[in-house]
Amino acid sequence: MAEAANKKTAPRGLRLVAGFQKHWRLHILALPVLIYMLLFSYAPMFGVVLAFEKYTVTRGFFGSEWVGLRNFEFLFATTDAWRITRNTVLYNIAFILLNTTLSVLLALVLNEMYLRRLSKSIQTLLIMPYFLSMSVVAIIVYAFIGPTGVVNSLIKASGQRAMTNWYTYKPLWPFLLVFVNAWKGVGYTAIVYVASISGISQEYYEAAVLDGASKLQQARYVTLPHLRHIIVIMLILSMGGMFRGDMGLSYNVTQNSGALYEVTDVIDTYVYRALKTLGNTGMSTAAGLYQSLVGFVLILISNRVVKHVDEESALF
Amino acid sequence: MKQKQISDNSFAKINRIRPWVNAVFSSVMSVIAVATVIPVVLVFIVSITSSKSLTLRGFSFFPLSTSFTAYQNLFKSGSQLVDSYLITIAITAVHTSVSVMIMTMYAYVLAQQRFAARKFYTFVIFFTMLFSGGLVPSYIINVNVLNLYDSFWILVLTSMVSAFNIIVLRTFISTTIPIELFDAAQIDGANDFTIFWHIVLPLSKAGLATISLFVLVGKWNEWFPGMLYIDNPKLIPLQTMLTRIQQKIDFIKNNSSIASTPDGIAMLKNMPSEQTRMAILVITTVPILFAYPFFQRYFIQGMTIGSVKG
Repeated sequence: MAEAANKKTAPRGLRLVAGFQKHWRLHILALPVLIYMLLFSYAPMFGVVLAFEKYTVTRGFFGSEWVGLRNFEFLFATTDAWRITRNTVLYNIAFILLNTTLSVLLALVLNEMYLRRLSKSIQTLLIMPYFLSMSVVAIIVYAFIGPTGVVNSLIKASGQRAMTNWYTYKPLWPFLLVFVNAWKGVGYTAIVYVASISGISQEYYEAAVLDGASKLQQARYVTLPHLRHIIVIMLILSMGGMFRGDMGLSYNVTQNSGALYEVTDVIDTYVYRALKTLGNTGMSTAAGLYQSLVGFVLILISNRVVKHVDEESALF
Repeated sequence: MKQKQISDNSFAKINRIRPWVNAVFSSVMSVIAVATVIPVVLVFIVSITSSKSLTLRGFSFFPLSTSFTAYQNLFKSGSQLVDSYLITIAITAVHTSVSVMIMTMYAYVLAQQRFAARKFYTFVIFFTMLFSGGLVPSYIINVNVLNLYDSFWILVLTSMVSAFNIIVLRTFISTTIPIELFDAAQIDGANDFTIFWHIVLPLSKAGLATISLFVLVGKWNEWFPGMLYIDNPKLIPLQTMLTRIQQKIDFIKNNSSIASTPDGIAMLKNMPSEQTRMAILVITTVPILFAYPFFQRYFIQGMTIGSVKG
């Protein structure tokens, strides 16, 4: 009451202060996350000045020698830039296409199975790999294709002598990484889709059946259009990640095998190596900035396109 | 109400797929589901395979003989494993409780429709979904400015706040708690702290449980910050430990020039055997697999809110 009276008598310029006084508790509640974001998200955004510097610890972020675009020139002069960009983008396209298709397909099938108990147990098994860490996945892959792994044991058992070291055999890896990624992620996404299918009102299906729609037609004309919204949102979000590699897959699962870089190296692994083994902060920041900027532009573009085609599904 | 349900059910019965289609779907899906978990079963079998069988047959689903020496060795000598286990439990516990708490506080603020600064606070987290400074500036700031290299706190602090989780929590709060409840509490003299503590927290248990599961599993499974920031063996998290052991062995094996020297042979000898590595993996993963059914009640619900537009 006193606050309200205060607000009326106070001059306009003090409104902001009054508002703050009234809501100070809300600001306090927001404070921890705000501080965290400033330190761990926003400070690094200003830290991208490193990309234009020759950084030395003693002279710090703003005192180091300014080299302009030289780090970028250095990055794009190598063939590495093309290789890591190509790998990152191609892997992501393959991941998105395969995972979306497979998980929608699985969700449609799981939803139709009328022994509910069985369907639920299958879902429980399918989601399991989602809970494994990439370190664990890497060792599981190793158990199959490592020197003493299942694959080599089978080759040996069939009487062939020559054993391949799969960790230097390039043609295998694009397929293997896409497969491992699908194995790990499809179950989870499928269950998200099952959950949203179960939210679709029965009445749509009743109407469709009255019109004589078959099961396939119901899936095509009722279920899929209802899923479109969530599929599109997931696609926009993955557009932003188009330039982001999966460190777990490309570093851990490949055991960081140098012989495979041609087909497995992505921007993230490249940045990590440039930082940890070469200690080249300038160029690795430049590569990271290139990655962030392109990702930012991609997410804006895809959101714009979606807004144009289907206003409802746009993210912002 | 009851009648409606009956008619719904009978409709579902009429609109069923044909029995033979259901049989085909069921069997195909069962095969896929079993194939999905089989790799994990293999790892478990290898961890109890005897060394003799391993040299003769390699990794196999049907070992010649079994032995539990790998597990016995782990608990006898594995001080690194024990250290890593304890540190991972500590990190995960501190991280999960702080993370979920501060994110829920923030989500409550974002759920205040009439709060003018809400737009600003939404933008602060939304922008981090679109753009980031990248790995290297973060690394330099954490190491050279905040002095967090080789510390317990860097492991706790990485990925503590996720914009996506905050948005899910905000949606959860604003859809499950009617705004009239806030108004009524305010009339009764409650301030934002008391409302948050006595109304929001108890009423969003399901949402909190789901987010806690994601945060907890995410932290337990995190391996990268350990690779980046940790040298001290006392602080190496489990997953980082697994990755480091694996890569060291691979490095030595793939460089035959090192592997054949006396040093190399000695190094390989001191490395944990393949059964031991698989046993470490099993011990690392078991807690997560136990946590999952426990949370499963809330899981589907949580994922459905997650899909609500932010």
